[in-house]
Amino acid sequence: MRRFLTRRIGQVIGTIFGVVTLIFFLQRLTGDPTYLLVPETATQADIDAMRASLGFDRPLIVQYLAFLKQIASFDLGRSVIQNVPVWDIIASRLPYTLQLAGGALLVACGLGIPVGIILALYRDHPASRLLASVVLAAQSMPTFWSGIILILIFAVTLGWLPPSSTGGIEHLVMPSIALGLLSMATFARITRTSLLDELSKDYVRTARSRGVPMGRLLRRHLARNASIPVITVAALEISNLLAGAVIVETVFAWPGLGQVTVQSILARDFLVVQGIVLLGAFVTVALNLAADLLYSAVDPRIRLDGSRR
Amino acid sequence: MTSATASAPLRQVGKPRRSITRWVPIILIAFFVLAAVFAPLLAPYDPNSQNLLGRMRPPGTMSRSFHYLLGSDELGRDLLTRLIYGARVSLFVAIASVILSGVVGVLLGMLAGYLRGWVELIVMRLVDVFLSIPAILLAIITVAVLGTGLVNVIVVLALTRWPRYARIAYGQTLSVANMPYVRLAAFMGASTPRVLLRHILPNIIGAVTVVATLEFGLMVLFEAGLSFLGLGVQPPTASWGAMLSSGRNYLATAWWIATFPGLCLFLLILAVNLIGDDLRDRFDPRSQ
Repeated sequence: MRRFLTRRIGQVIGTIFGVVTLIFFLQRLTGDPTYLLVPETATQADIDAMRASLGFDRPLIVQYLAFLKQIASFDLGRSVIQNVPVWDIIASRLPYTLQLAGGALLVACGLGIPVGIILALYRDHPASRLLASVVLAAQSMPTFWSGIILILIFAVTLGWLPPSSTGGIEHLVMPSIALGLLSMATFARITRTSLLDELSKDYVRTARSRGVPMGRLLRRHLARNASIPVITVAALEISNLLAGAVIVETVFAWPGLGQVTVQSILARDFLVVQGIVLLGAFVTVALNLAADLLYSAVDPRIRLDGSRR
Repeated sequence: MTSATASAPLRQVGKPRRSITRWVPIILIAFFVLAAVFAPLLAPYDPNSQNLLGRMRPPGTMSRSFHYLLGSDELGRDLLTRLIYGARVSLFVAIASVILSGVVGVLLGMLAGYLRGWVELIVMRLVDVFLSIPAILLAIITVAVLGTGLVNVIVVLALTRWPRYARIAYGQTLSVANMPYVRLAAFMGASTPRVLLRHILPNIIGAVTVVATLEFGLMVLFEAGLSFLGLGVQPPTASWGAMLSSGRNYLATAWWIATFPGLCLFLLILAVNLIGDDLRDRFDPRSQ
């Protein structure tokens, strides 16, 4: 266990190091990153002054080491437009995005897992076929369109829910559904596949022939055995939800990290964008690590000596 | 994932695959492709000609010389015409970015799997790093650097998505590279490009095609998403994502502006996903 942890954490650090390096070189894709940080109206003198003050006139390797050092001390820089630390902007918006992602995850798991179970248990039933096509449709629905359709139906036509912005829990309903729908399809599919796999095993047939009722079998044995692929997907889906929030937040004018990302690009506030992308990557890496650790808690057969990967 | 159900072959014999549903997605895609290719012939009007007297007219109305079959947008432009031209943008961006990222990714993946050593190390670590950043965020930060526009969107998508192909090509190449005939070819003096293109590529192209199909749907979605955020194809070029975005402001008065472009997107992506699933089933019978 300890050897696995050391190895895995070493990998995580390697990946994070790689991400930071990638972002550093992405900044320089067009040559001079100074242009990303000055307003469009800046004069040549402004640009030169900015370049010198940010150290972009130094050799590349020096800049790279300085960037690594800056990120390693958790310094994401200051927003050029708002003139506050990027962390402050992230801290003020993060709670909204977490609320939204939480709501969406609730929709995704709460609908997706039961739907997957139904699809697996009654797979030849006509109603189940219909449900399968609903899942497929949900999977092909762009979040910005499902969001708009929800607004049209529930806000504009029926007037049941507020169309956008924040407030009480009723403001969270439509964004959560729009964001969660796609993940719902993923959860349903993976639950179905994994449960079908498990159902075809010998112990299930034996138990059934001995008269163990399906419900009990499901609770006592299948739930745990079939949950491993679901956990992997859950880790991936949470990071997908956080990334998908960029679009859904724009649809519903939800003041989270996604909205501020888009606003910052349009306002040419590059460091804010960079900070949020770095945060997103770190969260994704951390979630994958968490999923790996969860496997062993669910299934002791998986020995954490790295032999599985 | 390993145990194929024993009854699977029996089910297939007893129940022939639904051949009609298989044709529906192909017909849908053909419909969009034809619309895109023959846009100037099919579209009733010019996609950018405005008619400020006929703004936001509902589907089926007439205004001056215009007959708006699917209604008009906030500048009095014909929605049907813009939908047809929007298909061009969607399909062009998706095809170009799939080809670009596919070629780059497959080449790098094959090289990594065949040459091993430090090439494998560098390429596969790079793939891991790229894939650890959520795709939308990676695309967004690249747009922030490169700027918006049609060509940049293609570059951004290719840059973001090549690791998917590299990973699949790498895995497949690993399993093929040690087959006797490949080793024999190398032993007989075939150059690395020849071994890769003549002997390995034909064996891995099936798996790559499945990935490419699913990626195609994703690319349509990404282009629309970026354009929706104002980071993709810029106005006045007709793009479904951008049309949705402007229609969002008029939901209460003109539902059609946002609804129809979204419907087109949905149908196109649905069709691509259906074909992708079908290909995957055929390529890998276990995944049923």
